[in-house]
Amino acid sequence: MNIDSIRNGIVIDHITAGSGMRLYELLGLDSLDVSVAIIKNVTSKKMGKKDIIKIDADIPVDLNVIGYVDPSATVNYIKDGKLYEKRNIEMPETLVNVIKCKNPRCITSCEQELDHVFCLTDREHKVYRCVYCETKA
Amino acid sequence: MRSVIDILDLTESEIDSLITVSDDIISNPAKYARKCAGKKLATLFFEPSTRTRMSFEAAMYELGGNVISMTDAASSSAAKGESVADTVRTVSCYADIIAMRHPKEGAALVAAKNALVPVINAGDGGHCHPTQTLADLLTIHREKGGFDNLTVGLCGDLKFGRTVHSLINALARNKNVRFVLISPEELKLPSYVKDASLKSKGIPYEQTTDLEKVIPSLDILYMTRVQRERFFNEEDYLRLKDSYILTPEKLKNAKEDLCVMHPLPRVNEISVEVDRDKRACYFKQVFNGKIMRMALMLKLLQEDSK
Repeated sequence: MNIDSIRNGIVIDHITAGSGMRLYELLGLDSLDVSVAIIKNVTSKKMGKKDIIKIDADIPVDLNVIGYVDPSATVNYIKDGKLYEKRNIEMPETLVNVIKCKNPRCITSCEQELDHVFCLTDREHKVYRCVYCETKA
Repeated sequence: MRSVIDILDLTESEIDSLITVSDDIISNPAKYARKCAGKKLATLFFEPSTRTRMSFEAAMYELGGNVISMTDAASSSAAKGESVADTVRTVSCYADIIAMRHPKEGAALVAAKNALVPVINAGDGGHCHPTQTLADLLTIHREKGGFDNLTVGLCGDLKFGRTVHSLINALARNKNVRFVLISPEELKLPSYVKDASLKSKGIPYEQTTDLEKVIPSLDILYMTRVQRERFFNEEDYLRLKDSYILTPEKLKNAKEDLCVMHPLPRVNEISVEVDRDKRACYFKQVFNGKIMRMALMLKLLQEDSK
């Protein structure tokens, strides 16, 4: 399957197969008025299968969101049809307003204007916990 | 400005120092009778509590200070939809220190981030209750002479029991402490407490449903109530509420110097006959709770005035 190359924009590559859609949602790409392609289950020498997201616009993307969903992903910035910057991603220590706490007893379920903040508490197992109630993300 | 939301907000040496001050308050109460003269404590209780609120209030009066209270959330601005942040910002203008209880987990952290005076968490849902833990630590220290080399049995609701979580966090910092976790399957200690406080530090623990089997090995037996208010489903509460009832019969095989503790209020999990046993320490905990709250408020107000 062929997807056209983009001239100015961002390619999020090496996404673990199956995580592309979640990343698309958490990055809020569904609300953008630009062309976005999600390519799933692409054959990869290194990973076997992978997902790719291509965004046909030079817009800011939250690297913390990518680091939370899939720290193995890479972000490639394209300008005039050429790669001009490639970034490897790390897991962020803190996530602010990326995900919501699921605990109905948490203060975030009722306090107005309160940021949903999660902290990385176990890097090895990729565990994030709500700073208010310590519930696992 | 310093707030205490979690027992881990206090270092081991600060807890040692609070115990030293508490012992001194017990020996020389008159020395402390004017220490907080001119200071005001605000007690903000968004869910019902008599014991903890009265303990804080008695503690402030015994330090020579005054108390202003919001005792019924239903009649306060919270019922009109005011946020915790706005409530504590407002109350900060009236008081020098705030003690707050709220049914939502993490509410005390929100309060501490927004208040202009020190906040003490007097219980935030099933999450933390640091001053109960301070009362427990003072009781253990006075009964056992320290915290090392103890086998501590925690029995009952270990899932929602915030006092249990805080006590484990505090005791896990000491040498050679071993925990025996006694609960029904449905009320086992949450994995986040086990992971962060026990597994990651290599602290030995055993999980069981059988209190009678493990009671001979215990130095401390900390009983808890199955709390109706923590259940969304009444059927689950009724099924689990009588899981463990401590009786003189069950205590026959326990050590002579066992220390039986309970954060109170109890319903029926310790039969009243046990009250006559010299090993029953739960009413000493109540007294120690007031003393520790005196020591803590004194410390926070002294730090705040520097």
